[in-house]
Amino acid sequence: MERLVHLIDHYNYIITIFLMMSGLYIVVARGNMVKKLVGLSMFQTSVYLLYIAPGKIIGGTAPIIDPAFAVYSNPLPHVLILTAIVVGVATLALGLALVVRINEAYGTVEEDEIFEQDRDA
Amino acid sequence: MTVVWANLPALQVVIPLIGALLTGFTRRGATAFAIALVVSWIMPFIAVAMMWQVLTTGPITYHLGDWEPPWGIEYRVDLLNGFVLVLVSTIGAVIIPAARRSVAFELEERHEAWFYCMYLLCLTGLLGITVTGDAFNAFVFLEISSLSTYVLIALGPDRRALLSSFQYLVMGTIGATFYVIGVGVLYLLTGTLNMADIASRLGPIATQNFPAMVTALAFLTVGISLKLALFPLHVWLPNAYAYAPSWATAFLAASATKVAIYLLIRYYFSVFGVAINIDALPMSKIMIALSLAAMFIASLIAVFQTNVKRMLAYSSVAQIGYITLGIGLANQAGLTGGLVHIINHAIMKATLFLAVGAVFYRAYTVQLKELAGIGRRMPITMAAFTIAGFGLVGTPGTAGFISKWYLAVGALDKGWWVLVFLIVASSAIALVYIGRVLEVAWLREPSPAIAKLRDPPLSMLVPLVVLAAATIFFGFDTEWTAGIASKAATALIGGLR
Repeated sequence: MERLVHLIDHYNYIITIFLMMSGLYIVVARGNMVKKLVGLSMFQTSVYLLYIAPGKIIGGTAPIIDPAFAVYSNPLPHVLILTAIVVGVATLALGLALVVRINEAYGTVEEDEIFEQDRDA
Repeated sequence: MTVVWANLPALQVVIPLIGALLTGFTRRGATAFAIALVVSWIMPFIAVAMMWQVLTTGPITYHLGDWEPPWGIEYRVDLLNGFVLVLVSTIGAVIIPAARRSVAFELEERHEAWFYCMYLLCLTGLLGITVTGDAFNAFVFLEISSLSTYVLIALGPDRRALLSSFQYLVMGTIGATFYVIGVGVLYLLTGTLNMADIASRLGPIATQNFPAMVTALAFLTVGISLKLALFPLHVWLPNAYAYAPSWATAFLAASATKVAIYLLIRYYFSVFGVAINIDALPMSKIMIALSLAAMFIASLIAVFQTNVKRMLAYSSVAQIGYITLGIGLANQAGLTGGLVHIINHAIMKATLFLAVGAVFYRAYTVQLKELAGIGRRMPITMAAFTIAGFGLVGTPGTAGFISKWYLAVGALDKGWWVLVFLIVASSAIALVYIGRVLEVAWLREPSPAIAKLRDPPLSMLVPLVVLAAATIFFGFDTEWTAGIASKAATALIGGLR
């Protein structure tokens, strides 16, 4: 029972790990390149949660020094994740651009069909 | 002048970044090349100036925007990364003259300027990872270098370049995300992102937070190992190297994986090694096992390749195994061997890939069976290839021998005779795959298609000759390679708990 409460207390990590594993599974299990990128994006997004959730302290305020407050939330994870979001967007954009070019060159975005074509060539 | 002197660590990253911006604005390949040339030639001066400062006055710490670390980002240069900075910037400077013709030959004209833009961004990222002392900053630079690398590979002439670039993008992003997860766990544990600060705060809390710390170490190891193509996480590398533009392959083989190896060494020795007794974890055993697998399996696969570029790519995986073997041995001689092989392998692989690029420039093929007798028609190119090839095997008198000597001594210091035998045996496999190329190139009669070829223009020959000469030079004079590597290894091992 104690363990269960402990687990539920950390539900933010459970959500993070669930999203992480779903994303990774999609990347591995799907042959469609667009779906792979969706999985990859989910995987990256789960890390945003990993960083941001612990930054919030219940009852904490914005970190502006004021005698009335003693507990502050940590703003740094948000800033870090802003950077990571930009990286994620760039990766997704580049990935999709590659998929467009691959579709032009091979006429498909299914990985097994592409391997088939390259084997014949 | 003092302003420049005081800001060298920032300039090392900012100059190529500005260069990349400028090349992005130009539409002409020639202008973009000129910018890339100037930037690449400035870089070694900055790196050497910093290395000189490190050797005379000790490590440099630079506070970005004058924010005191650990709150602000700190750039920190010591022997280890000073050494890697000099390597990456010098390799870039030496091989950049060869880029003009090779790139103009292989790429569409409208893509040329973008190629140089991506090269400079990649250089920014690689130098940034090396110079920074901040774990998250390293991630940002890692992604800058990776994203530009994906584009460099996708610019290759074959359509399979697109596919290999996509596969690398998926695996590289997983690797980088693993790295951020590792950094995130470390941040949750210590509340800091400065590597030196993480190391000092991790020590006292390591025992009660052992599982979380091991999780961080595991994520970081797997993430970075994907980037450095540690066997069996190397599957992206052969295709990426085989189908990328020849010059890009030469640059990436010499720099990208080496910088990732540096990052791994940094985390092992300067972060975790300082905080905990890393010998208590099975890291070095895993490292040595995977390194041996790389040295044998990747070398054996290389023997059966028909595409010379792909063969050299598999050889890269094998050679990275020697470097990680040095990390796994983690004693003075072993680590020195690993570090010195970072330099030696970079020089030799840059030579080999440049030579193959020159062959492609003339013969328009890198299939082994179509290259019969090419040594007789392109003697200087193939002579450089031969010298670097023997270096790869570890022949005495070449740089490769020095690395393997130190690795063997490191293995002997641990009393592992079998390992010495395995190092020699895997070198014999290297002799087989290099020998196959040499036999075809020198001993066979030139085919009609090959008979009318000649050596490539000077802009390609000079870098080749310089690098081949360096392969021999560093086989005799080891003061600047093994000497500094040995000092860096002493510092790293001395810091271990």
